[in-house]
Amino acid sequence: MFHREAGVFKTSYASDMALYPLPIAKWTVAVLALLFVVIIPLTMQEYYLSILNLIFIAIVGALGLNILVGYTGQISIGHGAFMSVGAYTAANLAVRLGLPFWITLPAGGLMAALIGVIVGIPSLRIKGLYLAIATLAGQLIIEWTINHVTAISGGAQASIQVDRPTLFGFTFNTQGRLYYFLLFFTALAIIATLNIVRSRLGRAFIAVRDQDIAAEIIGIDIFRYKLLSFAISSFYAGVCGVLYTYYFGIANYEAFQLVVSIDFLAMIIIGGLGSVLGSILGAIFVTLLPIVLRLVLMDVGKLFLDEGELANIISGTRLAVFGALIIFFLIVEPEGLNRLWRNIRSYFRVWPFSY
Amino acid sequence: MVRFVKSGLAAAVATAALAFGSGGAFAQSKEVVFGFQCDRTGPTALVGTVLCPGYHDYIDLVNSKGGVEGFKIKVIEVDNEYKVPPAMEAHERFKKEGAVLEGLYGTPQTAALNKKLEEDKMLGTSPGFGTADAADGKKYPYTFPIAATYWSQAGAALEFVKEKLGTLKGKKIAYIFYDNPAGKEPLPILEAIAKQEGFELRTFAVPAPGVEMGAQVLDITSRFKPDFVVAHLFGRSPSVAIKEFKGKGFPLSKVISFVWGSSEADIIAAGGYGVAQGYNTLQFAGVGKDFPVLKDIVAMYKAQGKPAPKEMDSTVYYNRGVMTAALHVEALRNAIKANGGKAPTSEQVKDGMEHVKGFTLDGLVPPMTITPADHEGGGWCEVYTVKGNALVKAKDWYQGYRSIIEKQLASTASKS
Repeated sequence: MFHREAGVFKTSYASDMALYPLPIAKWTVAVLALLFVVIIPLTMQEYYLSILNLIFIAIVGALGLNILVGYTGQISIGHGAFMSVGAYTAANLAVRLGLPFWITLPAGGLMAALIGVIVGIPSLRIKGLYLAIATLAGQLIIEWTINHVTAISGGAQASIQVDRPTLFGFTFNTQGRLYYFLLFFTALAIIATLNIVRSRLGRAFIAVRDQDIAAEIIGIDIFRYKLLSFAISSFYAGVCGVLYTYYFGIANYEAFQLVVSIDFLAMIIIGGLGSVLGSILGAIFVTLLPIVLRLVLMDVGKLFLDEGELANIISGTRLAVFGALIIFFLIVEPEGLNRLWRNIRSYFRVWPFSY
Repeated sequence: MVRFVKSGLAAAVATAALAFGSGGAFAQSKEVVFGFQCDRTGPTALVGTVLCPGYHDYIDLVNSKGGVEGFKIKVIEVDNEYKVPPAMEAHERFKKEGAVLEGLYGTPQTAALNKKLEEDKMLGTSPGFGTADAADGKKYPYTFPIAATYWSQAGAALEFVKEKLGTLKGKKIAYIFYDNPAGKEPLPILEAIAKQEGFELRTFAVPAPGVEMGAQVLDITSRFKPDFVVAHLFGRSPSVAIKEFKGKGFPLSKVISFVWGSSEADIIAAGGYGVAQGYNTLQFAGVGKDFPVLKDIVAMYKAQGKPAPKEMDSTVYYNRGVMTAALHVEALRNAIKANGGKAPTSEQVKDGMEHVKGFTLDGLVPPMTITPADHEGGGWCEVYTVKGNALVKAKDWYQGYRSIIEKQLASTASKS
């Protein structure tokens, strides 16, 4: 962030693709790790940690969706349903078999990946809006199935309570403890995504996105990579669903309905399609902005109105401002917050000169 | 790349910390904080925009009369938009501001917060939301439905039907419901009563979003030809149901609706009172403006030189807000008294809620008795029928098939 090489000194592909372009970057990461592992959890109140926790979970889901939509160019509006697949798989395993989270979490992800591949099959023949509708069907079919098959949903209420995750007798039962639980998996998800997108896999995804026929001609197996993209994306969604399940202590499909899929699409579009940082910024933006807006509107509104009137006005205003800000950011930079950030960086890199 | 990622996060956290820095003031000594979740912009905004002002108005009324035992109440409202993550954020914010109780809003939100309420020892109320087994105070010690659950409503609906038809033996009852967990929840109760009374029960599911039910209604009116219809629908679908039954020539006086299909808004959306004549509605709070407390609220507005809020005209939802607020205040009053006039803790307010008894607000609140074992307060309902241009009371506070509901509660309690 604060350091750049003075020119282009790379002499090999390996150095060009390195996660750390400069040795000093390792120190930056170390400092940030210290900030997130030690300083933030020790100094922040539970309330702020709870917001960070929600952001962490959203980041995992957004990263997954960005692999599919941003990197591979396949639209999906079934992301919420894949989360519920992960959530119910983990909840059933945890409650019926008493398995710990380090088994249920990957299991939830794998089950979601399997279902994701099935829902992704139409992507082999159709694209764009057609695929969007096909995945929408997937979302509705999964919702219906969970609602009606009591073997999955655990009864008429379609919700399964799970205990807090434990590790070696340590229970993650407060926001502060769940913070570490979620931080670990979010960091893992970020690192995994960074590595996926700079490997052969990621390049193949990008080739499919940019022009699938050309990709096929240069030897990329479209069948395999499209379905693989659905599998990986759904795996993330499943893990995201499992994290929600452990965070709330319940698997409930009503928390993963169509509107959730749309929310996650909004995150990656605002953040920036096809970028890891974009997914993270988008998840932060969509989770945090409504909260910040409410607090700001509350404080500003108090100057003009009494509280009863304020409550009437604030909710609507907040939605309007939220929508307006999304439009504003997308007009300023259609490629999302990630691009905006890059523009700012490259501006200051040569400042005060224009180039 | 990692460094950009992490630094972006850090920047956002720093901004957030700055933005929130100003909001951390502590409550003053003679002030008690209530948290209240609401939905003014989500799918149930029709309810929230009326119910929540009712809640605030009652609290304002109490404050304007000097508060509860000398304590003023400060309400922090958070709009959760009927989404689950904001509900968790709201709960943590209430906790941070030192709230002694919170009003929950929404079934998935209640489900997601049950565990957290227990861990944080915070009392949460979910009138009309959440699951029926939350009535069991031993199973969910910190969740209080404080109003008839769907199980109790099922019992009450059939009790009313029995009264209307004379007997249920050999009759045909249709149950038309929104195809979600809440819609399916009353099924075991209906089936148990059908078995006991010996009537034929047939169920008709309406898929989400519930605005298309021509086939189901035709099936009911032309093929099944029931003696009575019990409807359990949400959102836009109750008004569609009224229109469909009317259109097929089925008498609406043979339809009884659960509590979320029973408001003035549903009747107006169906085409007005003229269309809905005879339609029976279950209620868990009193309906109409003829209550002293509502007149006090109007007087309070008048004293401030303002007209009464227009939300008061939608009495079904408004009164439910008033009822929720009144029970919160009553719990607080009990807690302060028990604590010798000092500010109570959340735990003490929970005890206060468990001692609410004989508090009816002149009929707006049912004669419920909340106990540590029964957080529902007995599952009382009223029936109001559309007559002329109003909802007219057809049956005063009563409980239906209580023994069957208690048996069901006991059997779910033993299961887990």
